[in-house]
Amino acid sequence: MTDDSRVLEAKNLSVEIEVPAGILHAVTNVTLHVDKGETLGIVGESGCGKSITSLAIMNLLPSKATRTASKLQLEGKDLLSLSERELASLRGNSMGMIFQDPMTSLNPVYRIGEQLEEVYIQHGKGNRKEARERAAYLLDKVGIIAPRERLSQYPHQLSGGLRQRMMIAMTLMCEPSLVIADEPTTALDVTMQAQTLNLLSSLQDEFKMGLILITHDLGVVARMADRVLVMYAGKAVETGTSQQVFDHPTHPYTQGLIQCIPVPGKTSNDGRLGSIKGMVPALIGDLRGCMFRNRCAYVSEKCHASEIQFNQISPGRGYRCLLEANECADNLEGNLGTEIVQ
Amino acid sequence: MLNFVIHRIYVSILVAITVSVIGFSLLRISGDLAAELAGEDASTEEIAEVAKAYGLDRPFHVQYFDWAGKALSGDLGRSLFTNELVVELITDRIGVTFKLAIYSLILGLLLAVPLGVLASTRPNTWIDRMALGLAVFGQAIPNFWLALIMILFFGVTLRWLPISGSETEWHFVMPTLTLGLTVMPQFMRLTRTGMLDVLDSDFIRTARAKGLNPIRVLFKHALRNAILPVISLAAVVFGFLLGGSVIMESIFALNGVGFLAFESIQRQDFPVVQSIVVMLSFIYILLTFLSDVINAQLDPRIRLG
Repeated sequence: MTDDSRVLEAKNLSVEIEVPAGILHAVTNVTLHVDKGETLGIVGESGCGKSITSLAIMNLLPSKATRTASKLQLEGKDLLSLSERELASLRGNSMGMIFQDPMTSLNPVYRIGEQLEEVYIQHGKGNRKEARERAAYLLDKVGIIAPRERLSQYPHQLSGGLRQRMMIAMTLMCEPSLVIADEPTTALDVTMQAQTLNLLSSLQDEFKMGLILITHDLGVVARMADRVLVMYAGKAVETGTSQQVFDHPTHPYTQGLIQCIPVPGKTSNDGRLGSIKGMVPALIGDLRGCMFRNRCAYVSEKCHASEIQFNQISPGRGYRCLLEANECADNLEGNLGTEIVQ
Repeated sequence: MLNFVIHRIYVSILVAITVSVIGFSLLRISGDLAAELAGEDASTEEIAEVAKAYGLDRPFHVQYFDWAGKALSGDLGRSLFTNELVVELITDRIGVTFKLAIYSLILGLLLAVPLGVLASTRPNTWIDRMALGLAVFGQAIPNFWLALIMILFFGVTLRWLPISGSETEWHFVMPTLTLGLTVMPQFMRLTRTGMLDVLDSDFIRTARAKGLNPIRVLFKHALRNAILPVISLAAVVFGFLLGGSVIMESIFALNGVGFLAFESIQRQDFPVVQSIVVMLSFIYILLTFLSDVINAQLDPRIRLG
């Protein structure tokens, strides 16, 4: 793998947010990278820092949040040393973001065309006419019929699925090398979800961009992602290729997540699906020990005390737990990963 | 858009008819007009004569249609006091009132909108506090007091500005400052809260994620959404300024409609009072119509929804 193919590299990315109760450790020492044409899935339940991680990469954090990292590079450019103005010239240009809710993510008072074209013009890619050509071309790409007519419509005249396609087309206007999709299908109904995901992956094949797909839906990750980063309480708890993570989940949290997916033919009709008891702990103040310990079936004394190291099994494959990798695997075999609530 | 405008015009006409009936009846139920006109020691016969002379003995609906029919053709009757045509009385003075209202509204908006936008981008900083402080000041200070203080300071002590009359533009400076400062706080607050709301919305985050210039995000994407309620309020405030500047007109001896209304009420000059009431109501209706049209122009959801 050459350095040329590396789109994004982040090392020890942390985000702290000042709240009235103290310092909220939203993201702690997350290390990740995305290569050209590759999809990295970030998985975890609500409040575990997925979205904050993506906003931190884009430098769109709320003003009360501070971002630190030992390395944050986009195509070799050091994002940490750039001014806000220089960062703005990269946003929408070299890196784009697709948001969760297409119903509220477009400005209601401007035409679709205007909203697509302005990003192209802002980044000096061409004049109004060229921007219109590009917008029509991309709407066609994202499977919108009669793109030119659509450009003169307003967001409220379109359905949710169409709006999300508009968002995708808008993100691609300047052909970014990195696209972050934050729960792109969560707000859509099931048929639109599948279509939108297919669309994203075919666009990725065509434009060769690096894609970070943030979701809580493991099914989406299994389908789309080359590599997976599982986050819990603001920390990476497991990384690996999709195959590794789904076939041999190592961290008790990942195991729990996987057991929540119904499998046709395997999950009995009258039995209940697995669930992970308890909730994500509050991340305020001085945090020590394993964050998952209050919900973990294998919790021991040691889990409370020390900082849990991230065990690197092989390059790109690792987990954050005191158990040995084979112990974890055995646990799953015995189906002890989570308690099945009856 | 055309459908929207036609519908609004239709609604406005219905409201105007209703308002004219109410305006007409209010004066009739405020007392026996004939008795008031005839004077305190008039006999029953004299009152009946007065009633007959002014047509007040006819049934209510006949009186209304007679008045409304004449009003439509531009005849609002004559002042009982000076015998001048009411239309002339009003048209002579509406210019002054209109000018003062426009100046004050523009001043209020020019101060309020930039200040509101500025405050919203830096919530809870000294800029925000200063803007809010100014708003509280503007709202808390009675405008007649402010007017008198200004007369004392700029007019009497410094002798910079004329203190009464409406002959030159200089005469409008102090009344405009006073009224502008009175209406500014509501615009400022509405702009500020509207902007705070909009700046927090998803589509602003989208605009930032697109790498747009922050000024563009603020004025193109945020303000256009936040300004809609301010426009509706401006229409109402303009109506208030046209009808409610009675005190300012009295203090600065500006010979406007407010002052005329005040005089006419004291003299029980009912044709004049009635005409002013109905005219101001019509102005309100017209302004509401205009603000609806502007809002529809700015927000496609209203226009096409």
